[in-house]
Amino acid sequence: MTLLRVENLAIDVVRDGEPCRLVHDAHFAVDRGETLAIVGESGSGKSLTALAVMGLLGEGLSISGGGILFDGEDLTGLSPQRHNDLRGSRIAMIFQEPMTSLNPVRTIEHQLTEGMRLKNGLSRRAARARALDLLAEVGISDPARRLKQFPHQLSGGMRQRVMIAIALSCEPELILADEPTTALDVTIQAQILSLTSRLCRDHGVGLVLITHNLGIVARHAQNVAVMYGGRVVERATARQLYRDPQHPYTQGLLASVPRLDLPRDTPLSPVPGAPPDPTVVLPGCRFHPRCPKATDICSEQVPDFIAEGGHEVACWNSGIQKTKSKGAAA
Amino acid sequence: MSDTHPLLEVDDLHVSFPIRKGFFQRTVGEVRAVNGVSFSVPRGTSFGLVGESGCGKTTVARAVLQLVEPTGGAIRFDGEDVGKMDAVALKRFRGRVQAVFQDPFSSLNPRMSTGRILSEPLRVHALKPESEIKAEVARLLDICGLPARFADLYPHEMSGGQRQRVGIARALAMNPELIVCDEAVSALDVSIQAQIINLLEDLQKEFGLTYLFIGHDLSVVRHICDQVAVMYLGRVAETAPSDPLFSNPQHPYTQALIDAVPNPDPDYEAGREIVPLEGEVPSPANPPSGCFFHPRCPRATARCRQEVPRLDPVEPGHMAACWETGALVPAS
Repeated sequence: MTLLRVENLAIDVVRDGEPCRLVHDAHFAVDRGETLAIVGESGSGKSLTALAVMGLLGEGLSISGGGILFDGEDLTGLSPQRHNDLRGSRIAMIFQEPMTSLNPVRTIEHQLTEGMRLKNGLSRRAARARALDLLAEVGISDPARRLKQFPHQLSGGMRQRVMIAIALSCEPELILADEPTTALDVTIQAQILSLTSRLCRDHGVGLVLITHNLGIVARHAQNVAVMYGGRVVERATARQLYRDPQHPYTQGLLASVPRLDLPRDTPLSPVPGAPPDPTVVLPGCRFHPRCPKATDICSEQVPDFIAEGGHEVACWNSGIQKTKSKGAAA
Repeated sequence: MSDTHPLLEVDDLHVSFPIRKGFFQRTVGEVRAVNGVSFSVPRGTSFGLVGESGCGKTTVARAVLQLVEPTGGAIRFDGEDVGKMDAVALKRFRGRVQAVFQDPFSSLNPRMSTGRILSEPLRVHALKPESEIKAEVARLLDICGLPARFADLYPHEMSGGQRQRVGIARALAMNPELIVCDEAVSALDVSIQAQIINLLEDLQKEFGLTYLFIGHDLSVVRHICDQVAVMYLGRVAETAPSDPLFSNPQHPYTQALIDAVPNPDPDYEAGREIVPLEGEVPSPANPPSGCFFHPRCPRATARCRQEVPRLDPVEPGHMAACWETGALVPAS
């Protein structure tokens, strides 16, 4: 059974008494020991989707459609109590800013052992012993001293290592990492991501890596879902996506980033315009106002997903569709 | 002025900040944020400063902008020592050098409309008569790819990319020669970032601008800059024109930085042998002895722990501060 399967997930926010759709259609799947990257720019709905899986949607936000199947169990209708049982113990999350997501007035020991004592019923002593092992495993030197310290006494990279140790503490089956290294320097970023990938692979944990960095995806993920304007627009293995991107947005993203492996004067071809305002109702494909390939139908109807060899795309004008229609005509 | 000297010269720049402690705020030490940095930027080119947090790149930028006072060394602009300028010359200097900052939300006044943000420097420096200011604001917006109606909008009504365009238009209002871009594209989404990079490049061609570009994204810095200096703990580790720096790095820190940047190509990444750099940047208040990089360096020797390496040429125009570079490249 697939570890996590998100299907046609929709998330609404209530603003001035009116519901407004922020996530229209998120769907993806991740299995044990596998890394799925969700790529998108700010406002694409990637973080909200992760929060929905965690059952941490804030005030005014609600799931209005679709399903989140975790190990066969639908999380969308789950009671807060049952969700709380899963959270931390079977599903864990690594947040972007470890300074704001760690409690500043509690020691590392308290925060690292809390989950193990509450969820796994470990004694204080047993939890402490495991905490020492965990800190060593995430590469923190002198773990005994670190346990007594507070978050402000650690560097940014070290705090993020503590976050990873907390996430791993109850041996979860799934970890959601939301931009885990965006706030860190490049060399620390490389350390943290290699560590997270290695630990998830070794422990058979499914990893959902949320990022906007296409290089990180290429280095660490096997599968990718590209989100735009609250919708997954393309889904493929990392290889397929980079070698043969089908959605004009994915193509635009790949042409927007300067790369160290190409000549320096390779021109950048940015996607024109700006991402859509999620509060504005936009008929058809949400990318059509910025799309170089847009045709009449794009502004009228939402494109369906078309799949070929595990590569799925929601676009009226993709290459996949063309080959398909040719086949139909012949 | 003649074109024989570079537009900007930074010569053995030092910036230290005192560490104060206790009730009486006695000075108990100092942080050497910038520790003997030298470089020069010819007119019409882009110079990049890269490095991790705490390496002093932003302090160099602030010193060039006269926002912090250097504790040693000199900054020469168009041949003139900025530290020795009188008030009149300094005011003129502040017009010829402008800055674009990282976060356009906090660097634009939220209570001012775009029109006011752009017209204020024109009024303060009396660059345009009142009757022409509206047209000039429209022209500045147009240059930066925004329609004239944006003059009536406030920062919160614009997207991040649009705000950064206003930030650039504000810098251009003074008709500057040098623009200091401190992480000017770092906070932007990928697709918007490329738009702003292209805008900066187009403006450079059109107005012959010179850029001092501070960034931590190596691929962006390489794309924009002709010459790059890699900084580590207040010192320049390596400097060279972009192509040799990235294709043939001499300093192990430069190599580590390049290795840390993942390329958007899974096949390339799968075949890449990467040894992530161990450890973290030490505190600039308490730097290691000898070469500052030696505690993290895979090639460190006894000499590296004791003696500070000089920034020596390895090839014409390519300098590295490392005792072990000789082992890499046979001396010619």
